[in-house]
Amino acid sequence: MVKKNDLILIGVILIIGIGALLFMYLNNEAGSKVSVQMNGEEIITFDLDEDITYTIEGDNGAWNTFTIKDGHVDMIDASCPDKICVNHKDIHYDHETITCLPNQVLLEIIGGEENPIDSIAN
Amino acid sequence: MKTKNIAIYGLLVALAFILSYIEYLIPFPLMPGIKLGLANLVVITAMYGLGYKESLVLSIIRILLVGFTFGNLSTMLYSLAGGMLSWIMMAITKKSKWFSLVGVSVIGGVFHNIGQIIVAILIVSNPLIVTYLPLLLVTGVVTGALIGLLASMIIKRVNRHLR
Repeated sequence: MVKKNDLILIGVILIIGIGALLFMYLNNEAGSKVSVQMNGEEIITFDLDEDITYTIEGDNGAWNTFTIKDGHVDMIDASCPDKICVNHKDIHYDHETITCLPNQVLLEIIGGEENPIDSIAN
Repeated sequence: MKTKNIAIYGLLVALAFILSYIEYLIPFPLMPGIKLGLANLVVITAMYGLGYKESLVLSIIRILLVGFTFGNLSTMLYSLAGGMLSWIMMAITKKSKWFSLVGVSVIGGVFHNIGQIIVAILIVSNPLIVTYLPLLLVTGVVTGALIGLLASMIIKRVNRHLR
């Protein structure tokens, strides 16, 4: 029923996926800012070391509320129907994102610290 | 169209619809987009038991029904992108005869996720969303393999009733 080719296929995709996950995990570094984007445009940025609650509102009454606490950004409520962004875990690593697809809102961690070895080399 | 076929289509659409609803009830807190792909069970069974065209029609009807009932235009767009890319890749994979039903289902699961990621990147216009892909590849393989195993058991038992 299961052919050898099936197992090879499963193995290859698993290796690619897990390899990429490992690579991303090893290259994690904390970011310093969060960029708030709507419809692909940056609306505002916040430093991660300030604790705030902010609500971003769209044209058609759509809104998303998020907090920054102890350097972690978390979506706490939103007007979207699926609430996937609200259930998303909080983020604080460079390039991590929380996306609310229905409202086209994206929170992105930016400004990761420079690699210390690079700074020495400079 | 024979009466028997009409009945079978109705049955399969209803089944796919109910499976989508069950899936809608089970949230996966780990990350958005991780799903079992229960509805693909019906699509892949139809592809093997009825034919390519028939499974495509089933898949589109299911996505429209589920979209109108539980979702909105944007969720429907995602389902459609995932569903269509998944169907195309499964059809190609099945035609190639390199893999069994399990391999075809794995391809279906993985490309369903890839299709949704592509639409997400286009809608939010931020290519960083691609960082979701590695985890979705892994979960797509696991769920695809499970659905494939289940589907081959189902096909073995119901195939003669479908034709």
